[in-house]
Amino acid sequence: MTTLQDLATPITPNFCPGCGNFGIWAAFKNAAVKAGWDNHNTVFTAGIGCHGHMVNFVKLTSFEGLHGRAIPVASGMKFANHALNVFVFTGDGDCLGEGGNHFIHACRRNHNITILLHNNSIYGLTTGQTSPATYKGQKTKSTPDGNPDEPFLVSHLAVAAGATFVARGFTGDIAGLTDLMIAANNHQGLSVVEILQPCVTFNKECSPSFYMENTYKLPEDYDPENKALALAKAIEWGPKQIPLGIIYRQNRPVAESEFPQIAENTLISKEASVRDISELFTKQH
Amino acid sequence: MDQSISYSLKIGGQAGQGVKSAGLVFSKIAVRSGYNIFNYVEYPSLIKGGHNVIQTIFSEDVVNSPVQSVNFLIALDLATIKIHQPELVNQAGIVYEEEANYDLGDLSTKTRLFPIPLKKIAKESGAPEIASNYVAMGATVSLLGAEFALLKDLIAEDLAGKDISLIEANQKAAETGFNYAEEKFAFGFEHILQKRDVVSPKMVINGNEAIAFAAISAGLQFASIYPMSPVSNVMHVLAANQRKYGYIFKQAEDEISAINMSIGASFAGARSMTSTSGGGFCLMTEGYGLAGMTETPLVIIEGMRAGPATGMPTWSEQGDLRFILHSHQGEFPRIVLAAGDPKEAFYLTQEAFNLADKYQTPVVVITDKNICDSEQSYEDFDYSNYRIDRGQTTTVIDSEYKRYQITQSGVSPRSFPGFGNHFIGNSDEHTEFGYDTETISDRNAQMEKRLKKLDLCAKEDMAAPEIFGPADADITLVSWGSTKGGVLEALKRHPNVNYVHVKWLSPFPVGPLKEILERAKYLIAVEASSTSQLAGLIREKTGVDILDKLLKNDGRPFFPEEISDRITSVLTSK
Repeated sequence: MTTLQDLATPITPNFCPGCGNFGIWAAFKNAAVKAGWDNHNTVFTAGIGCHGHMVNFVKLTSFEGLHGRAIPVASGMKFANHALNVFVFTGDGDCLGEGGNHFIHACRRNHNITILLHNNSIYGLTTGQTSPATYKGQKTKSTPDGNPDEPFLVSHLAVAAGATFVARGFTGDIAGLTDLMIAANNHQGLSVVEILQPCVTFNKECSPSFYMENTYKLPEDYDPENKALALAKAIEWGPKQIPLGIIYRQNRPVAESEFPQIAENTLISKEASVRDISELFTKQH
Repeated sequence: MDQSISYSLKIGGQAGQGVKSAGLVFSKIAVRSGYNIFNYVEYPSLIKGGHNVIQTIFSEDVVNSPVQSVNFLIALDLATIKIHQPELVNQAGIVYEEEANYDLGDLSTKTRLFPIPLKKIAKESGAPEIASNYVAMGATVSLLGAEFALLKDLIAEDLAGKDISLIEANQKAAETGFNYAEEKFAFGFEHILQKRDVVSPKMVINGNEAIAFAAISAGLQFASIYPMSPVSNVMHVLAANQRKYGYIFKQAEDEISAINMSIGASFAGARSMTSTSGGGFCLMTEGYGLAGMTETPLVIIEGMRAGPATGMPTWSEQGDLRFILHSHQGEFPRIVLAAGDPKEAFYLTQEAFNLADKYQTPVVVITDKNICDSEQSYEDFDYSNYRIDRGQTTTVIDSEYKRYQITQSGVSPRSFPGFGNHFIGNSDEHTEFGYDTETISDRNAQMEKRLKKLDLCAKEDMAAPEIFGPADADITLVSWGSTKGGVLEALKRHPNVNYVHVKWLSPFPVGPLKEILERAKYLIAVEASSTSQLAGLIREKTGVDILDKLLKNDGRPFFPEEISDRITSVLTSK
């Protein structure tokens, strides 16, 4: 059993007042308590960006790697010990800019990991440049005349790339986000939770009220297993037209299941030992 | 056959004509007849067409490198004869396609020509045209006086898994070629490949295979690699054997992912590696420092090729030395070792896994194309003394566990995720627990901790450079990596010359090397680099300035002839 107290670290979060990361922090801790994630069963990685500071504020074993590279690190961890719940904290710049290649290939391969993608549509930590998810035309420090590029729609990209669980949550709905995180981890396969997150300091367009006004929850009778429908829903974006909830779900063998050598036990359950390779030598004779 | 004499046979043709497999088969005939071999391949970065050639040098003595001269040429196309004609010794033998009616000019006076209807024989034997290589091989076996049964066995081994009728057709083609030469050219060439009285079983193994074998034997658990010439064969061997030996090999989407996946697996407790060439290592440099900063053990194989940029993908160079020693921003303990041949690659790779775990830092093993792709014959490597050292780890659950605890040695016990302890592997500067920090005291303590591991490694593990040849010599050659091969061959001709072979590049054996160099009468640095990077490093570390340098950077290996010429000219001018 995990309590909120168990997850507390001596470090106080340094996010800006009003930052969406507080909502993600709260939802993740709530989910850990609800689902029983602890240091015997869980590990997470983070990239670089405001999201990356999360390693300091949640007392679960973690690895803060390099900008954009949290996904391959997590994939390696899962191969080594697939008994662990493996989470990736990443941002829109981290995951779609620097790490875009890793993101699409991880989706395609279907590692059994969960990607929590903080999407504030801006580079926050570097003080407000355009990101791959910034709206076209938006003025930022690096696009004073307006962003000339079309943004990625994160959930749409994830479904198209082959992720088998794609959901969208909002930092203003901590309870809903908590449930999505748990559902994503329970899913067998690569899960992406796109988290709409206001950056109150550097992205005035994606404000809390903007998301409050324009998001809606997918109806109960929505069928997330219909891929064509999921792609249509994932591309939906506009006034009162931003769907939240589980957009897509599919059953497909996970990357780790392709390796019979870890069908019975995890890779690290057997200690590294000297192997007799005389047979390999003989083949060279 | 004089024990010291070596013979050189070349097989050339277009990519797709089975040049490499014929060469491998030939070299194994030589080894199974009791000789030592060295195989050297040259091929363009192409799949079909272009000119491919494999050279087998065989001798009763150990063979360390290719040579420039050719005693026997198997030409599967005319280009082979044209390109390699200048290398032929007087009265060299040439097996080639009779039906092609090549205009060979005055070659018939300088060489011995053995025209054979290769394609016709292959066809009449019911084998595909590619079996022409085995027809030529059959004839060659006859001409050199080897046993045909060896070839027959090796064809079956080379084609193992294929349809039995195909194997038999290939064997028939080879036998017909053998008989054709027996009848038409009996004793047309010296029987230099007669089976010796005593034959001990030996491997024919290249550097890539040796490295993969070393990793498997050393308890490898995880490898993630992206393909790149000339090291891809490391991944091929790892991929083919993973189910049998129980480790995981995963091809990544790029080198950045390959190294980060390996770091993730290592962090989670798996003995991990990756492998690449210079261009791929460019992409990996980011992860190189990440492993250093997070103190995550990792073995990285860097098989150099001719750069910069795409350079010459299937040719060699020793141009990455400074790059590997300094790549990644900032300062962290880099352990860098370099192999001089497949055997060294085997033992250094095994050792690299222990060093990575012991010092919790990345260890690079450098090879180059001339090691990666070149086979040598060895008795099975004996590693009965090898023990796995996973370094300091802990499974004790401790609420105050400090992953980056300040210790006297600089090494702190590792714990693994899922074992119960909380800790953070952090690329940001960190406290002992792993939390972000920017304080002066934490920064200084952690920098000092990380860097002192290299001092400990120098003290406890670093080996002194190896000296080949007499202790007291007129000339001392200094080099590293595959250059060793050409140098050792040259040394056979110059008993008054010795060779200093540097395997440890970081930490660097300053004391022992300085002593050797200061004792030497005349120094020549031999390097496949235009800027003599090793000589520069030696000057930086020891103060010894090696003034005479034998450098080349044309992608080709150092041939003993070139080194010998330089030695001779220095000796005569003295």
